[in-house]
Amino acid sequence: MTEISILIGFAYSISAILFIAGLKLLGHPSTARKGNKYSSIAMLIAVVVTLLDQGIIDYRWIAIAMIIGGLIGAVIAKRVEMTGMPEMVALFNGFGGISSLLVGWAAINAAPDMFALITIFLSILIGGVTFTGSLVAWGKLSERIMGRPIMFKGQSLVNSLIIVAIFVFAVMFVGEPTNLVYLYVLIALSLLFGIMFVIPIGGGDMPVVISLLNSYSGLAACAAGFAINNNLLIVAGCLVGASGIILTQIMCKAMNRSLKNVLFSGFASVSDGEGEEVEGEVKPIVAEDAFYILEAATTVAIVPGYGMAVAQAQHVVKELQETLEHNGAEVIYGIHPVAGRMPGHMNVLLAEADVSYDLLLEMEDINARMDNVDVCIVIGANDVVNPAARESKGSPIYGMPVINVDSAKTVFVLKRSMASGFAGIENPLFYKDNTRMLFGDAKESLGTLVREFSN
Amino acid sequence: METYIYLSFILVLAIFLGFELINKVPATLHTPLMSASNAISGITLIGALVLAGKSAAPEFATILGALAVVFATINVVGGYMVTDRMLAMFKKKGDK
Repeated sequence: MTEISILIGFAYSISAILFIAGLKLLGHPSTARKGNKYSSIAMLIAVVVTLLDQGIIDYRWIAIAMIIGGLIGAVIAKRVEMTGMPEMVALFNGFGGISSLLVGWAAINAAPDMFALITIFLSILIGGVTFTGSLVAWGKLSERIMGRPIMFKGQSLVNSLIIVAIFVFAVMFVGEPTNLVYLYVLIALSLLFGIMFVIPIGGGDMPVVISLLNSYSGLAACAAGFAINNNLLIVAGCLVGASGIILTQIMCKAMNRSLKNVLFSGFASVSDGEGEEVEGEVKPIVAEDAFYILEAATTVAIVPGYGMAVAQAQHVVKELQETLEHNGAEVIYGIHPVAGRMPGHMNVLLAEADVSYDLLLEMEDINARMDNVDVCIVIGANDVVNPAARESKGSPIYGMPVINVDSAKTVFVLKRSMASGFAGIENPLFYKDNTRMLFGDAKESLGTLVREFSN
Repeated sequence: METYIYLSFILVLAIFLGFELINKVPATLHTPLMSASNAISGITLIGALVLAGKSAAPEFATILGALAVVFATINVVGGYMVTDRMLAMFKKKGDK
């Protein structure tokens, strides 16, 4: 061992410790920012000592590439809107994937043995799937491509053929790594499989998909770590992989669906599952009348959904909160795990609007308090507050845990129109006796409410 | 072969550690967690750096390495910056 490689090994250990400490600090909102700093210092140490590596004889390419990448990254990070976080994370998952693919590819010539070739294959496969899969997810989230599941006849047959072909070419590639045809076919198949993997999944299931691709980007880094014999890549890749898998599990549980069901079934059972006709009538309310009810309320719960993000209503929500608090009411928020398009999406939007994080209650906690809530305001959420998940066995979302907003004394539902939610399921909540529909743009409706208070 | 056994050992430990750590992250921080893990997965940068600097002449592998450096740096820089931007917004009542 040369002195330099001892130094690098030692620095990598410190870097790994800092990554781990950083994630530990991410366990609480008050220390999370410090944790992120630790993690970035870990990365800086790792990069700096790697540059000391004696294998590096020319720094020009590195400098140019880092400047370009750094600038692009900084611009994206500064410009992205908080409502656009899901798209950005999807895109970054993809970049993580493609860089693992490229690292695996570039390492082929130096591969010492068969095991290294297998890990190179894995890093190309996982990296490629992550890359194109994430691009499709990004396109769906930013509505550049159709959000609906894209299904066609024989889809599962085509997918099975791709998987078989990938393994056939993988065996041939490992046997004869100098034959570039095998390599190129393998790369093309991986990229194709990424596309095929995400197109049948609907926009409403995107929280699961981004979490899963997040995990893959880590696993790809892990595979690349084996390919180039680097332990820090393995540690960091595993941390990311574990994080993505845990989030995927949480999302699936919150939708009461298995991962297999999300990945392979689209959301097909919508039309035939409708057992019962919904009874009752929709009772609209105007903001002026809603004001009188709110004025008398002592506890108000706000349940946001993706509609709040679309209407950019988080700031006016905060205004309403302040107005209500000024009026002597207690205001709490109920956040469903799959509200929005990615895990924790609502929390970030409300944090942006300066809502204190201790007012944001998780589903179990808000449900426990719902009986004592005078007015529950549902803003742009639909399926996550649908009582059919509890009551009607025929409903496609039956069994999914929901926020029981209908237990509140009065429910206001802010909604554009009577069109059904993302999954296209009837919502009996709208027909309940204690529900009032406040139609119109959520931002405007809330603004009117706030003005009513100041008059 | 010994190297791979050693690396697999690290893999197993890191998986367990990862599950322990991430399970403790509260739901309210899941979005910053994801963007932070975007940044961490940019760790492939250190692999890419070595590959991009291997030779002075622009060989094919060097170009691949340099491209990998571009993408990984986007993740690292963008991921940490946006996470910091988000976490700065998480405040409790009374915090300044």
